[in-house]
Amino acid sequence: MPTKIEKDSVTGHTTTGHEWDGLKELNRPLPKWWLYTMYATIVWAAVWFVLYPSWPGVNGYFRGTLGYSQRDKVEADVAAVAKQRAGAMDKIAALPFDEIRKDPQLMAMAETAGRITFANNCQPCHGAGGGGNPGYPALAAGNWLWGGTLPEIQQTITYGIRSGDADARNSQMPRFGADGVLKPDEIQQVATYVATLYGKPETGKAVEAGKQIFAENCAVCHGDAGQGNREMGAPKLAARTHLYGDDLAAIVAQVTNPKMGVMPAWHTRLDTATIKSLAIYVHSLGGGE
Amino acid sequence: MFRHELIEKNAILMLVLTLLTVAIGGIVEVVPLFTIETTVEHVKGVRPYSPLEARGRDIYVREGCYTCHSQMIRALRDEVERYGHYSIAAESMYDHPFQWGSKRIGPDLARVGGKYSSDWHYAHLINAQSVVPESLMPHYAFLADTPLETADAVARMKAQRAVGVPYSDEDIANAAADLRTQADPSADNTDLLKRYPKAVTVPGDGKQPTEMDALVAYLQVLGTMVDFADPANEKPRQ
Repeated sequence: MPTKIEKDSVTGHTTTGHEWDGLKELNRPLPKWWLYTMYATIVWAAVWFVLYPSWPGVNGYFRGTLGYSQRDKVEADVAAVAKQRAGAMDKIAALPFDEIRKDPQLMAMAETAGRITFANNCQPCHGAGGGGNPGYPALAAGNWLWGGTLPEIQQTITYGIRSGDADARNSQMPRFGADGVLKPDEIQQVATYVATLYGKPETGKAVEAGKQIFAENCAVCHGDAGQGNREMGAPKLAARTHLYGDDLAAIVAQVTNPKMGVMPAWHTRLDTATIKSLAIYVHSLGGGE
Repeated sequence: MFRHELIEKNAILMLVLTLLTVAIGGIVEVVPLFTIETTVEHVKGVRPYSPLEARGRDIYVREGCYTCHSQMIRALRDEVERYGHYSIAAESMYDHPFQWGSKRIGPDLARVGGKYSSDWHYAHLINAQSVVPESLMPHYAFLADTPLETADAVARMKAQRAVGVPYSDEDIANAAADLRTQADPSADNTDLLKRYPKAVTVPGDGKQPTEMDALVAYLQVLGTMVDFADPANEKPRQ
């Protein structure tokens, strides 16, 4: 409580009467610059309130006299940059790949758009630079499941693999073990034979029996020599790029109860020009045909 | 001239003025909530979460996913180009509480549904670095080994209904069946899809759903409910 208001002898101002252990407080007004800045912010708020969307009402809200809408703004921004890119992107969407490849400017655009789109959307599964991951094909390796030409890559990206899309690439490997088509020892034999296809030289009864089982059960899709069949997305087995691992246990597991990967259809997220750019980028990673 | 001393020395006056000030602040905060019905647009396709998705959402909250992942694509060009259509209010109208988040140590997840395969989500949650070497996400392998607590699914749905999520009696009666069906690829999911369109069946073992199954089911539906290609939804009323 104020007790004793007195005049400060040094400054000539009165004190507030508050005293703490001999320290006294001068009674001075707020600095002018501070006070006027505060008044200015109050006025600014009032102006803002009128200009921009602010106050909710019973049937909606007050939209502000400027008619500002963040949605209109972002749509205008997106449209503006789309217009900027339209020259190249429209051509990429319309022209066949042969024509695009002849035009260095279009190729530069496509590869840039493809690289950025890949990093955002494809890299989590297929790895940086298309290096692949267990279960997710290496795109730079040239060992294509469904074909490595530009239109084939475009088709795969657009509709996906087992994606549920009506035009998706679909194939199904029978569950040879889980459904009892082959007995466990037969699976062991055929797996031993498959391992020889990519250079594990092994001979003996198991391999001979496995070869027979392979010819009867597997060759129809994977080919007589395990060369694969892109018509039905049957992987090439005669190469050390097995999707789910190439040791004996992995092959046995895959024949017993196959894992079958899913790739989403991208036409719901990306437009044609972007998908074609992506195809050109993927094609350029080292495996393109 | 107004003197502050007057208020300081008069307890009753100070009490009245304090009440007045607090009341104004309170009204400004509370009144807009009374008109929330008019400010959240109704958009075709938005539905309550299926029982499995709802439990997945609980696990998302429990594990604190929101501390590193946002679910809010802002209306800015770079965000729209990277993540897809900006988020609209209706998409989180059945979220109690919403998961907009405020920090992106990982990417935004508002439209992650359908972007990757369910198998990828399992691999990535078990060990993120196995598919994304540069990732710094922790490992959640234990979710795959933890059976999902399902006994309270009905109670949870009733609680959600109490705060405004329109679960029907039929939804609640079928909660246990829907929960199992969505984690069982060999089950008939016709009824599930009738109640919860676009619900993604996750590759569980068909017996006991795990916490991982629930979380993946939740992630796979994020941002997929509204079809922005539908002209009716092209530009939702703001």
